[in-house]
Amino acid sequence: MKTVYARPKLLKEADFHYCPGCGHGIITRLLMEVIEEMDLQGEAICVAPAGCGMLLYNYFEIDVLESAHGRGAAVATGIKRVRPQNLVFSYQGDGDLAAIGTAEGFHAANRGENITVIFVNNGVYGMTGGQMAPTTLLDQVTTTTPTGRDAGLAGHPVRICEVFAQLDGTSYLERVAVNKPAAVVKAKKAIKKAFQRQVDGAGFSLVEILSPCPVNWKMGTLEACTWIDEVMVKQFPLGVFKEAPC
Amino acid sequence: MSGNAALGEAAVLSGCTHYFGYPITPQNEITEYMARRMPGVGGVFIQSESEIAAINMVLGAAAAGARSMTSSSGPGMSLKQEGISYLVADELPAVIVNMVRGGPGMGSIAGAQSDYFQATRGGGHGDYRTIVLAPASVQELTEIVPLAFDLADKYRNPVIILGDGILGQMMEPVDFDGLVRPSDYDKPWALTGAKDRPAQSIYSLIFDVKLQEEKNWKLQRKFRLIEQNEVRFETHLVDDAEMVVVAYGIGARIAKGAIKRLREEGKKVGMIRPITLWPFPMQAIRELANTVNDFFVFEMSAGQMVEDVRLALEGRGHVHFYGRPGGVVPMPVELYRIISRHYFQAHADDDRPRA
Amino acid sequence: MGSRPKRRARDASVNGSIQIDRERCKGCALCIDFCPEDCISLSDELNLKGYFVAAFDDSKGCTACRNCALMCPDVAIEVSKS
Repeated sequence: MKTVYARPKLLKEADFHYCPGCGHGIITRLLMEVIEEMDLQGEAICVAPAGCGMLLYNYFEIDVLESAHGRGAAVATGIKRVRPQNLVFSYQGDGDLAAIGTAEGFHAANRGENITVIFVNNGVYGMTGGQMAPTTLLDQVTTTTPTGRDAGLAGHPVRICEVFAQLDGTSYLERVAVNKPAAVVKAKKAIKKAFQRQVDGAGFSLVEILSPCPVNWKMGTLEACTWIDEVMVKQFPLGVFKEAPC
Repeated sequence: MSGNAALGEAAVLSGCTHYFGYPITPQNEITEYMARRMPGVGGVFIQSESEIAAINMVLGAAAAGARSMTSSSGPGMSLKQEGISYLVADELPAVIVNMVRGGPGMGSIAGAQSDYFQATRGGGHGDYRTIVLAPASVQELTEIVPLAFDLADKYRNPVIILGDGILGQMMEPVDFDGLVRPSDYDKPWALTGAKDRPAQSIYSLIFDVKLQEEKNWKLQRKFRLIEQNEVRFETHLVDDAEMVVVAYGIGARIAKGAIKRLREEGKKVGMIRPITLWPFPMQAIRELANTVNDFFVFEMSAGQMVEDVRLALEGRGHVHFYGRPGGVVPMPVELYRIISRHYFQAHADDDRPRA
Repeated sequence: MGSRPKRRARDASVNGSIQIDRERCKGCALCIDFCPEDCISLSDELNLKGYFVAAFDDSKGCTACRNCALMCPDVAIEVSKS
């Protein structure tokens, strides 16, 4: 018997705290798979957010720095400006990047900082119990939009990739998903590409990952994955939004 | 040189390699100086998008092992409070400069001393302290900058340099010859990539409250150590003083002018000038209370340091206060008149218990 | 953390085989939903966390496609083939 898939060595022994069926688990795993395959354990430095992704230092066998909520892109900028030879990436949820951290994310992108932002978009605030996120869809029910998100009251869902594509400083922006095996494969490729581009000095990259949150969406795990295909991608189309020549 | 420019040069000479700042009056000259100077010494300058971004860039740079600085004024310092709390919790070194202006709110752009509480009480959340250094001249500012970087690295804690708008703008002769670049500290905790060593992380979230408590006591032990070792102050004509002025920074410069005139008239007034606002020279003031009955606190604020003076005295002696908030800078003659009146009053009340 | 014993699937004579770490499994069933050969099902056995764990049936003709491992959010699945 030959092993064709094993747990990445760069994942610590700790069990993930994520809910059953949570996309964070897949993304956390993919990141260590990629860093292991690229042999970048000695270079990688991750900036962890506030939110469901806040315990990455319990899972990653790489250097990790906690950031205050939303500040990940600024913190990553500070690290990268000191150590440009390192692979520096932030891991940020939809509240972290698209609400409180919008200025920091936008301007790190605008300055063309040679960092990678892993942007986990699950359309809701998971850690705090399911409140509206900037990426929550219209009519989507959350604990702070109990009758469904109303545009007049709460605005429209924010498309980060499309917005950041307007900035000349961005170099590579792709939106992927982790709701089915083929999508997970593509997501991993996008992460690998973003990291390789950083190593090559290409400039700011962001991989937005549509991720299921079955508990706060109040759906079954498969239902959540299907909902991404049937509903979420209509608002957040998958694909490459910017790919500047390297 | 102006205080702002001298501060920038002193930072460069102290080994600051990364500066992140956002424009705000009256410290823009610091940001502009660093913009010109950093590239020339192989350093990094970023004009950040906000003061929040700047303090977080400082945090990232400090975590990666660099000597990093940011500067701002009142409203911008308010924005930085979260970042400062995180810096303390992460035990990261950083130098943060506040050229204080009139407040609260948008305030004024003139120099003031109304951020004393914010600096010394810790405007951010949680149990913490930052070292606070208050220079009173441009020359002293250039000496305090290397001290700030050294203390920050030595204790792995942010250090605030509390200047004010006047200090930043005023032009005085400066001598950099005596400036000694603080030696580099070993930073095995810095995040440089897990090469040839196990992965490490820096974070402050501790769900387990007993562990969080332990962490807090660890920080408190550090603060007690700083209190023991790093108090700095200057006394002026206190040996025979019957009234001692307590003032810092520009306030002390004005007070010195008033004291000169008072002394010419035979009034026995002296001054103690705290240089570290935290740790505050509690013991020195307590000791003065053995021979001095009247303390006259002067601040360019509505009264903040006066509370620390009262704390230090623990009910002994008599505390007088005079303050002008909002960015008003009184002339020495005004202070001379007010102190005269209080001095006369203190001596007229002969039946008051003496120290 | 110390390692915990993995309950291994019975050694299979088919091409593919998976091992599910019972104690990491949260019974989310994504592996079950995406297995093209119906090799996995939710058992009625509870792990220490209180989840019904997924169980592998090696008689169903696993092809080692790795869909299960791709989807597992808890990295509880190891895939092998002969």
